Amino acid sequence: MARAWRFGDFVNTDQIIPGRYNVTTDPGELGRSCFIELRPDFASTVQPGDLIVAGEDFGCGSSREHAVIAILATGVTAVLAPSFARIFYRNAINRGLAVLECAEASAVVDGAEVELDLARGRVVDRTTGRALETRPLPLFAQRIARHGGVLELVRVHGSLNGNCRSECGTALGPN
Amino acid sequence: MGTLAEEILGARLGRTVEAGETVVVPVDVVMSHDTTTALVAEGMDDLGRKVAHPERGVVVFDHITPAATIAAAEQQQRARDFVTRQGIPNLLTDGISHQVLPEHGLISPGDVVVGADSHTVTLGAFGAFATGMGSTDVAVAYATGESWLRVPSTLAVRLEGQFGRAVEAKDLILEVVRRVGSDGARYQAVEYIGTAASELSIGDRMTLCNMAVEMGGKAGLFAADDRTLEWLLGRGARPARVLEARHPSYQRVETIDLDQLEPMVAISPRVDTGRPVREISGMAVDQVFIGTCTNGRLADFATAAAVLRGHQVAVRTVAVPASREVYLAALRAGYIEALVQAGVAVESAGCGPCLGRHKGVLGPGERAVTTMSRNFRGRMGDPTSEIYLASPATAAATALLGRLADPREVG
Repeated sequence: MARAWRFGDFVNTDQIIPGRYNVTTDPGELGRSCFIELRPDFASTVQPGDLIVAGEDFGCGSSREHAVIAILATGVTAVLAPSFARIFYRNAINRGLAVLECAEASAVVDGAEVELDLARGRVVDRTTGRALETRPLPLFAQRIARHGGVLELVRVHGSLNGNCRSECGTALGPN
Repeated sequence: MGTLAEEILGARLGRTVEAGETVVVPVDVVMSHDTTTALVAEGMDDLGRKVAHPERGVVVFDHITPAATIAAAEQQQRARDFVTRQGIPNLLTDGISHQVLPEHGLISPGDVVVGADSHTVTLGAFGAFATGMGSTDVAVAYATGESWLRVPSTLAVRLEGQFGRAVEAKDLILEVVRRVGSDGARYQAVEYIGTAASELSIGDRMTLCNMAVEMGGKAGLFAADDRTLEWLLGRGARPARVLEARHPSYQRVETIDLDQLEPMVAISPRVDTGRPVREISGMAVDQVFIGTCTNGRLADFATAAAVLRGHQVAVRTVAVPASREVYLAALRAGYIEALVQAGVAVESAGCGPCLGRHKGVLGPGERAVTTMSRNFRGRMGDPTSEIYLASPATAAATALLGRLADPREVG
């Protein structure tokens, strides 16, 4: 069971990892500074497997991928929000942080116990007993997620548009 | 047939593309900078691949340069090592990436550009499809020469009329962002159209495209024209693919009459809170900053110098040219001398204090009026400090009077 850490609308990457703390690529260091100003108790109390539940446009602002590394380094494996900023969304998928678009995310309260089944995209708020609907990833992002990240996809296929023998094809074209 | 985004991506792929379609597209320019290149290098090492087209790669030192800390110096060592190992011919250290790429002739109209910096969208001013991505996506672009993206739908901004006195492109973009909202163009291209758009200088077009990302946009776009080609002339740019929208289907069109605009300010900590400066002029201010990829160009220095020449600033003021080329031109035109005599701290070219790391960091509770693009809480320093966004004219008037001032008050 995951604990939900509730954040508001428009959480930007400066808040996830401020510019003064991202002059490193060390995950441990980045994790210790995650939300250091917005929520100073977060990094020291969050438990592996916990979940971030946020409002609109999570991850807006700077392109810094350090934000995703910082969140993953705290042990958080998923972010649930009604919408995500596009660069953060790509960075998360590329690094294996689950980003779940969920219109009802705001119904989850801080500290709620949440059951996550990432393979099926199923989220149940155990505090209220409510099952929350999430939107499936775009096809190409699903393809990346299935490979465990875009680097692995390129490693396996030699390029972005190499055909998979399996069910995923190229995932190009209209979505 | 299509929007400018569809035309550029289609031309690059040699076929028609439509908004909503996912494509893998060849990339003409790949960029990363001093705080994102080390992560890019890690991605490349993980992949065990060499850069597919070293000549299309550009690494720029602009964020914390010259290095302000040992950690920053180390990141730059790692970036230099990447450039050497990968044989990338372009390591630029003379200003902000979005300014120096076109100055060095590395951008051409019709290009597809991927940069490890969210303000890469600035380069849409040259009729290029330019977008910001994270370091791993940029590593993939370096390694394969390609990137994947969903062809965006387009929000068109139709410009009519002419700017009134002391009204600038920054006031216009603050109005656009106010109307559209900080996520109102998410995943979309923002294309500027209309007769007034084609009258705008390249610098103004850069200011407008720069803040597409502050609306969640994937790209900001102007169709290239004679002005674009003239700006790039003599800089050694590759042949241009001059494209324009053809019978486009825009998802939304916002029309703005420039005559109706007045000097604007966006209130801390949200970028879409623009309102006329006169409504809150008089507000106390601790620091003024003129510079950045949004407003650190020659025309911005000309504006600031015109206001401050022969006077003393009444509040601490920092000015940072966007590039060495801008710095030298401002020096020759006498703008730098006027600013230094007025008491402005003129720093070497780069991002300056926009990232809160050096050259003018804010203390607890301090308030800055800046020409930046982003006013997130704590971005320039202490988490209790505040950033208000405004034009160079408003910033200079504020520096002169020591409080938030409408530029029409001073000239």
